[in-house]
Amino acid sequence: MDAVKRVLKRIWLFLFQFRYFFMKLGISILTLCAVVILSFILIVNMPGTVIDSFAMQLSIQRRISLEQAMILAKQMLNYDPDAPLFERFWAYIQQLAQGNLGISIKNNAKSVNLILKELLPRTLFVSSISLAVSFVLGTFFGSRTTWRRNTIGAKVLDGYIVVSNSIPDYIFALILITVFAFRLAWFPNQGAYDAMILPGFTLPFILSLLFYATLPIAAYVFSQLSFWTMQMQGSALGVLGEDYINAARARGLPKRLIVRRYLKRNAILPLVTQLAISFGVMFGGAPLMESIFNYPGIGLAFSQAIVERDYYVVQGILLFVSVIVIGVNLIADTIYSIVDPRIRRSA
Amino acid sequence: MNERLQAGRQALINLVHKMLKFLNGLGKVFFGNPKSVFGTSVLLFFIILGLFGPFIFPYSTDISMLDQLLPPSWTHPFGTDLWGRDIFRQIVAGTSDVLSIAFLAATFSVVLALILGMFSGIVGGFIDKFILFLTNVFLTIPSLPVFLILAALFTVDNPLTFALILMIFSWAGMCRSIRSQIISLKERDFIQICKVMKMSRGHIIFKELLPNVGSYILINFIIVMKNAITGSVGLMLLGVASFEPTNWGAILTSAKNNGALINPNSYMWLFAPILCIAIFQLGVIVLSKGLDDTLNPRLRVM
Repeated sequence: MDAVKRVLKRIWLFLFQFRYFFMKLGISILTLCAVVILSFILIVNMPGTVIDSFAMQLSIQRRISLEQAMILAKQMLNYDPDAPLFERFWAYIQQLAQGNLGISIKNNAKSVNLILKELLPRTLFVSSISLAVSFVLGTFFGSRTTWRRNTIGAKVLDGYIVVSNSIPDYIFALILITVFAFRLAWFPNQGAYDAMILPGFTLPFILSLLFYATLPIAAYVFSQLSFWTMQMQGSALGVLGEDYINAARARGLPKRLIVRRYLKRNAILPLVTQLAISFGVMFGGAPLMESIFNYPGIGLAFSQAIVERDYYVVQGILLFVSVIVIGVNLIADTIYSIVDPRIRRSA
Repeated sequence: MNERLQAGRQALINLVHKMLKFLNGLGKVFFGNPKSVFGTSVLLFFIILGLFGPFIFPYSTDISMLDQLLPPSWTHPFGTDLWGRDIFRQIVAGTSDVLSIAFLAATFSVVLALILGMFSGIVGGFIDKFILFLTNVFLTIPSLPVFLILAALFTVDNPLTFALILMIFSWAGMCRSIRSQIISLKERDFIQICKVMKMSRGHIIFKELLPNVGSYILINFIIVMKNAITGSVGLMLLGVASFEPTNWGAILTSAKNNGALINPNSYMWLFAPILCIAIFQLGVIVLSKGLDDTLNPRLRVM
């Protein structure tokens, strides 16, 4: 009996170390439930005429009678307006659990999974490159300017931050596409790659991908860079007051070395969680940016689905994007709690 | 009789004195440093433009194909659009709509954040945990897709519904930081003394706690206003919010959809609303920075 108790206590103590992670996991799961309920509400509130027109489309395509098409449509969409609400919710959950996000009711019954598989890499390509570029540049500028606030470079940076805060990213995108794609015609105004080049892992194709993504990346970087610079400045300002910086200065280390070894490394730590949040923000902003640049990623698909009232595509993409964003947040929180043990204790 | 007159006069003088003091305080807050002066003047300019502009520069929707896409001139400061309507007057007519969306959205989210944040900070316990969870949910769900869905589900055609949709995601962050401020204030000496002196809860909340988060609320009110304008124009650009055609976002959308990106003659049509949005946002940001400097003086480390 005593042994069992001791083992149980050991297990409890072992799990207790990870209580921060479990708490975050619980919150993530609950958030996910909230998103699922939201998308279910979207499906429930769908007007019945949507199903009718889908059935009509099916009956023409497959040359079957309207009644048969109606039954087929309801089967395909897992849609049963007469069933009680709870049963419908259960059926919806079951469908999601099988990894089936539904099918498009406007675009030849194409499945949402397929749409995501085709378009997600492009959105990821653009957003990860722009996130990396703006993070690296922003932390660099931010740590440089905290040390010397009165150089010309720091003043220019301050001016840029104010300007980029007052111009929303999509308006900057509009200006970019007007000037560089239509007026000067240096960059393409739509698409993700040159149609003349065969897709594949070849140099010309990758260069073409980068070329077509230049303007979207520029627009993202313009708005994100100021955010990272400000975050880094704030974080570095806090680190500057620490004793180890003073100790390093007292030892007579050169400033460049202090910035690189002491200031930057310690100030970057709190930005790790911000990285996840801004990843979510970029995914959220994708519908607008991609529809301005006509860049065929999931954002463009989402905004088109909204305009066409393609309910299943809307809920599928919303769910998928939310899962990604929630997952990334969870990972970032966990990494941060490993890197910085203080946060584990305070939880 | 004379005494009563005297007392009345004294009361009046006191009242005027108090009002002057209040105005002086307001002046100090809003014109305290160069940043605030600039920001306040931009904001006042747009408010006056929104209130009185439509009377001075009345806008008519008449279409005249002769005046298509005119360049800027004295009669048409920003030129004309594809249907020969004056762009400057459109922008003047749309100002009040843009401002009211921003003000309403900011008011709603500040009030909600304040109520929930103070409630959760003061009461604590299970309710606190629940509200914290709610803010967590709203902070992690990507906002623009949900805006889009809501805008598609409900017809968005007046400032009120627009503001309600825009507020949904702007209260959560504010609510959290109000909560943490309240929790740290609760432990401070002056609140503890109030509790020892058995002052009423209402007094503690409205006379002690609220003034202490006041500056934070004022600054965030302005920031939410800025975000509401960004969000509303974004929704209009995606074409989910059908709105008054004079709204800045609607002008921008119709310019974009009618080839203003390609046709150099219609650049003014595209850039006039952009310019207005940018100037307004700039003013609002500078004002929030100025207010921050006046209300939260901090000692800079270096």
